[in-house]
Amino acid sequence: MQTFVAQVISGLSTGGIYASIALALVLIYQSTGLVNFAQGEMAMFTTYMAWSMLNAGWGYWPAFVGACLFAFALGFGLERLVIRPLETAPELALVIVTIGLLTIFNSVAGWIYTYTIKPFPSPFPAAPIKVGFMVLNPQDLGVVGVTLLMLALIYLFFHSTRLGLAMRAVVENPVSSRLVGIRVSWMLALGWGMAAVVGAVAGLMVAPLVFLEPNMMGGVLIYAFASATLGGFSSAGGAVVGGFVMGILENLTGTYITLVGTKLKLTVALAVIVLVLLIKPTGLFGRAAVRRV
Amino acid sequence: MGTRRSLVTLSLAFLLLVLTVGLIAAGGVALADEPGVTASEVKIGNTAPYSGPASAYGTILKTSAAYFKMINDRRGVNGRKIVFISYDDGYSPPRTVEMTRKLVEQDHVLLDFAPLGTPCNSAIWSYMNRYKVPQLFVLTGASKWGDPKDHPWTMGWQPTYSSEAATYAKYILEKMPQAKIGILYQNDDYGKDYVNGFRRGLGDKGRKLIVMEQTYETTDPTIDSQIVNLKNIGANVFFDVTTPKFASQAIRKAYEIGWHPVHFLNNVSASVGSVLKPAGLEASKGLVTALYEKDVTDPRWEGDPGVKEYLAFMKKYYPQGDATDGFNVTGYLEAQTMVYVLKRAGKNLSRANIMKVAANIHDLRLPLLLPGVRIHTTPTDFYPIEQRQLARFDGQRWELFGKVYDVSGMSR
Repeated sequence: MQTFVAQVISGLSTGGIYASIALALVLIYQSTGLVNFAQGEMAMFTTYMAWSMLNAGWGYWPAFVGACLFAFALGFGLERLVIRPLETAPELALVIVTIGLLTIFNSVAGWIYTYTIKPFPSPFPAAPIKVGFMVLNPQDLGVVGVTLLMLALIYLFFHSTRLGLAMRAVVENPVSSRLVGIRVSWMLALGWGMAAVVGAVAGLMVAPLVFLEPNMMGGVLIYAFASATLGGFSSAGGAVVGGFVMGILENLTGTYITLVGTKLKLTVALAVIVLVLLIKPTGLFGRAAVRRV
Repeated sequence: MGTRRSLVTLSLAFLLLVLTVGLIAAGGVALADEPGVTASEVKIGNTAPYSGPASAYGTILKTSAAYFKMINDRRGVNGRKIVFISYDDGYSPPRTVEMTRKLVEQDHVLLDFAPLGTPCNSAIWSYMNRYKVPQLFVLTGASKWGDPKDHPWTMGWQPTYSSEAATYAKYILEKMPQAKIGILYQNDDYGKDYVNGFRRGLGDKGRKLIVMEQTYETTDPTIDSQIVNLKNIGANVFFDVTTPKFASQAIRKAYEIGWHPVHFLNNVSASVGSVLKPAGLEASKGLVTALYEKDVTDPRWEGDPGVKEYLAFMKKYYPQGDATDGFNVTGYLEAQTMVYVLKRAGKNLSRANIMKVAANIHDLRLPLLLPGVRIHTTPTDFYPIEQRQLARFDGQRWELFGKVYDVSGMSR
């Protein structure tokens, strides 16, 4: 029982990590219709930016805001400079471009900051909280809380602001959106910027747990993909739930199914991707794309 | 008709000529028995990562290069200067192959000295043995390099992962016969080498003493789940076979959840600066690892002539390097071993003789090896260093304790 509870708690905290990156993936999918493979590396890179600011003597929160602004400019700029020229290209070309960005960010970070791990400060208290036999790490709780907070903000943004409505319209129907006066390409760039900010916050939350290094997001991205697929790429809430489910599922199969053990944990994530795509391609909470013809 | 016959004859004659020239040329290559050696020079090659994710290791070979330069300033080895050609392979095996072929086929080096990295050395392993070029003192802890029967041209240098693990096993059998051991290891050749050596070191008792084995993949974002399992099974000894990032995570996580086993940390991650500091020095207190080289920052070596000499060397020949970095100590010792072999080979610098000398080093004690640690090889034992001493982290540095363990015969 004690092991079970401990594994569920540990799964929730790693699930929080997956959920936060999955949220960024889903956000960019919802606002541009694209899957950005470089999402994790962009988050890693902006975390390094925050690290540089902290090293330059900035406080935590100024560096936090600075990294978010940098991330927004980065996402926005990338869309304008790299993605926009390929607007009419097939989706495959865009996928290749984002994979290219992934390797570029990874190598540039390694080149500038080296591959040695760096401790990253946490805004939460360090002392573990003891509840009965359970030990809760405030940073883990923080990751979960911040992810849920971001989810709420995204929901409010898309459902209660005119800008959010315009962004949704652009994805649904770019041509009609343009006809009613929405600046489609600016909306797409805005989507990239916002996803980058969500990624940056995720990076800042994850780095204190896994240490900052250029490959910090490599493994996380795979699990984030599995989470987003499980929850549904068209549902932000679903992606977050998917993240928590993945974290717990991974720990419990690793602990209790001897066949899986710790050696096949990653395989579980990949199996989830394949199974969901085979059985319910839209994910647990996703909507099927219906088009009137 | 006459013309045709003479044409045929001419062709035959030409063919013969081509064949003869070819044979002479081939014979010429075969006869040049000492590639890389002239009256004034001996050329040795190397591949190492000076760029890419493993570039931190590059400094080892920079120290070796600086050491060879010092030897050259002192009139070289037996009157010959060492020409050291070291190429960057970025820790990428395909590039190791490319660069090694360049060394052997274009630069005509006498031997390949201390190529770095297990995958990189694996990639050139059969090439070097097929062309009978010494692949000497490779910089990897894998146990496969001591195989004189099938790979007589390849030799390791540092104590292997298996023998390091056997050191911990010996200590546990001696001091903690009631241990309940939990193991965490990276699920690849490196991790399995350690675990196999550990099990062999424990012998029959291993089955009873090891209560749980957990693994992780390098793609795992965290290893929290595994640490939780090891704690909950009630392990009081933790054998931690992880690379630096995961080692830092393991140290911190164990500390956070209040698990305080006797924590044996593999030497791969024993760096104070890049592993223990990020994990937290307080959390790292009490860690145990195994060493074979002197830590030049340890006050007990203050005034030690070997250390003094090394520090003076670093200051003069490699001032941009960090003299306190253990990697540079390794590069220094490696180069010393190489120079020792070249000196002993004397006038006969054939590849075969180099291997013969390398396989007959008897109790060579170098000043930066810990007292009791020696370099010893025989034609059937290609594991040069097989002793280690345990050290405990006191919050500042690794503090040596106990005796020097000899694990000869446990390197494989």
